[in-house]
Amino acid sequence: MNKAGLHHNYLTNDSGWKAWLLTTDHKRIGVLYMGSILVFFLLGAAAAAIIRVELLTPEGDFVRTDTYNKLFTLHGVAMVWFFLIPSIPAVLGNFLIPMMIGARDVAFPRLNLASWYIYVLGGLFTIGTLLAGGVDTGWTFYTPYSSQFSNTYVVSTVCGVFIVGFSSIFTGLNFIVTIHTLRAPGLTWFRLPLFIWAHYATSIILVLATPVLAITLALLAVERLLKIGIFDPALGGDPLLFQHLFWFYSHPAVYIMILPGMGVVSEIVSCFARKRVFGYRSMAFALLAIAIVGFLVWGHHMFVAGQSLYAGVVFSLLSFLVAIPSAIKVFNWTATFYKGSISFDAPLLFALGFIGLFTVGGLTGLYLATLAVDVHLHDTYFVVAHFHYIMVGGMVMAFLGGLHFWWPKITGRLYPEAWGRLAAIVIFLGFNLTFFPQYLLGYFGMPRRYHTYPPEFQGLHVLSSIGAAALAAGFLLPMVYLFWSLRHGALAGPNPWNAKGLEWQTASPPPEDNFEAVPVVTEEAYAYQPEEADGV
Amino acid sequence: MVSEREPALAYQFDDANQQREAATLGMWIFLATEVMFFGALFLGFSVYRAAYAEAFAEASRHTDLLLGSFNTVVLLTSSLTMALAVHAAQTGRQKSLFTLLLLTMLLGVVFLGIKGMEYYEEYVKRLVPVLNFTYPGNHPQQAELYFYLYFAMTGLHALHIFVGISVLAVIAFLAWRRRFSPAYYTPVELTGLYWHFVDIVWVFLFPLLYLIGGR
Amino acid sequence: MHQPVAAKIYYRVWMVLLLLLAVTIGSAFFQLGALGVALNLAIAAAKALLITLFFMHLRYSKRLNWLAAGAGFFWLIILFSLTLSDYLTRGWLFAPW
Repeated sequence: MNKAGLHHNYLTNDSGWKAWLLTTDHKRIGVLYMGSILVFFLLGAAAAAIIRVELLTPEGDFVRTDTYNKLFTLHGVAMVWFFLIPSIPAVLGNFLIPMMIGARDVAFPRLNLASWYIYVLGGLFTIGTLLAGGVDTGWTFYTPYSSQFSNTYVVSTVCGVFIVGFSSIFTGLNFIVTIHTLRAPGLTWFRLPLFIWAHYATSIILVLATPVLAITLALLAVERLLKIGIFDPALGGDPLLFQHLFWFYSHPAVYIMILPGMGVVSEIVSCFARKRVFGYRSMAFALLAIAIVGFLVWGHHMFVAGQSLYAGVVFSLLSFLVAIPSAIKVFNWTATFYKGSISFDAPLLFALGFIGLFTVGGLTGLYLATLAVDVHLHDTYFVVAHFHYIMVGGMVMAFLGGLHFWWPKITGRLYPEAWGRLAAIVIFLGFNLTFFPQYLLGYFGMPRRYHTYPPEFQGLHVLSSIGAAALAAGFLLPMVYLFWSLRHGALAGPNPWNAKGLEWQTASPPPEDNFEAVPVVTEEAYAYQPEEADGV
Repeated sequence: MVSEREPALAYQFDDANQQREAATLGMWIFLATEVMFFGALFLGFSVYRAAYAEAFAEASRHTDLLLGSFNTVVLLTSSLTMALAVHAAQTGRQKSLFTLLLLTMLLGVVFLGIKGMEYYEEYVKRLVPVLNFTYPGNHPQQAELYFYLYFAMTGLHALHIFVGISVLAVIAFLAWRRRFSPAYYTPVELTGLYWHFVDIVWVFLFPLLYLIGGR
Repeated sequence: MHQPVAAKIYYRVWMVLLLLLAVTIGSAFFQLGALGVALNLAIAAAKALLITLFFMHLRYSKRLNWLAAGAGFFWLIILFSLTLSDYLTRGWLFAPW
């Protein structure tokens, strides 16, 4: 049965295993990634579920300590490298970037397919490690525990991450060249959708930070196998060198995770407020500023690790600075709503969730950037709450918002709007119930990565676990109704949201080479007129 | 008879110029990633060099300055032949192109051969960490760190040379089949960019590893 | 694509590279200490610049390629300077905790 509609499109033009597994069509590659990252999301979510069940009681009575360590490590590794980092760029970026710039494909389509295969190979290493017994070092693999003392499968895990890093690098490389060289006639830099700017900034980080991670993990693996002492104080090494190299990548990595989400939010906000994004140029420059300044702050993860106090002061100051462009973006999204014509469809609900929760998460980042305060909050649940507000409250909501917004374009079907709104609300409420108590837990002194705790913390942990159950239910909803819509959803036309942007000027789902004729761009991005009605 | 075949224009590009510019930009970005890749090792080396200046200086004097210097000349010359090969492609001199590509490969192989000789020498002198490290001087632990980084950095570099030689073999084969012309020689140019980059890495490796302690 | 560079430029660059190599090796025989390190790094940078500009044709390339080349180098500077800012100042101030 035809996937959608009656016209020839990228889903139907060629069928069978080979047509998908050997495709060089950026749209099909985006769909391949969508399936793969779902697998790792479920894996990471399963680990989180077990963690939250364990934390219902103060004693470590649901899982052994060893197992608990392996669970939070799996959760971190799967969610960071196999879900969050690829998510928007590999799924939505791959699908939309060529379309948004009026191109037929990315600059290097075969490299694009190779990126997906490399991702799958890295993923298989990780799953294999899990089946063999897991790893218990935490996703940060700190030495000397990981290099000298852990009895788990460290080397095979870092192999998997090393491999998937190259998937990231090649994707970033592809995006940069595509955006520079394949823009349609008339599409100057300052007419580009902010989604493109966001992915450009993300790609800069992808290509410059990930190679450092690769070498760091290689050094760790060699150290673990050969024990030469590069991170071993007894042999003249410095464990902190690992942390410097690791966080040089991993801090910019969090910007890899959030910048694409910011791009998505700009697209959604302008469409559902029927208004151009306020302060377009400052939004574009803010994206670049976050990407660049984000490289200068990594030492804030090491304030109490033995780093020089002088360096700590410098990193603290730089960390305050990186908050500024983020704040500019939040102000500008807010200003975009002013005198807009707002309709609260599901994508906008997710985007609003992003704006609020990202703000909370970002502000708590300032607490942590304050050196003296971090002495007390480091390694507590305050940190855990901070980054989950940004990663889940921010990034995952943006991903879901984008998925809903572009679902009609990708599949040619409309999802059931009422269910979409319900999911957004359940996720928002469940999320806050899960993670707000964790700020309090951290403030009161609950350390992270512990599965036993003093009884006075139980109340907050129970609230958090109940919230997690609600959050899980919220995440399940889209998995069900989006899948349902593939067969039973109403057919979407080319532009069900009446949105601006080149991707909406072609059929849903798009034909294989995207456009009937190369579009010529003559207007600014987001050229919405306030009096236009939305809807089909 | 030289054939002036245009490359097939990939469907995502509008014209050959766009395709070539995209390929070149792609290679420069890839080289930027390689800078960060090697750079992380250089950082590790710099940190320990700063901490253990005396031990590192002493350890570096156990490297073979003669072979290292000769190898540097070999690699710099291979960069010359590579640049001349690209020039030959640009000017349509097919025989020169093929010869110069082979010459570049040969010099690369010579480099690897000499590096192998050095490694063997270091093995005989019992300077290989984990394998047989028995250090005659002061600070053996710190010296072992030096040699670990020495083998790691030159080993990674040698791997890149090996990859370069393999790519050159393919390009040389294509050149022999008259695949390139002044209208189309992008793969030769891109191979050249990669080869020159690997040369630049050695240009920094050589003084840091062989010369820092003075002789 | 730019016009072919005259072959003699490549030969000249090669000879300058060999000359710089001779200087850098020679300098190792004088106990120059920290100055020697700085000198060797400066010479290496000069050689790298010559190879980049002439052999890699960056001199005749679009500005975008300059940006890509420069970005790699610039980011390496960030990695080095901020990390060394820790290592070189560890003894300066002591944390109260």
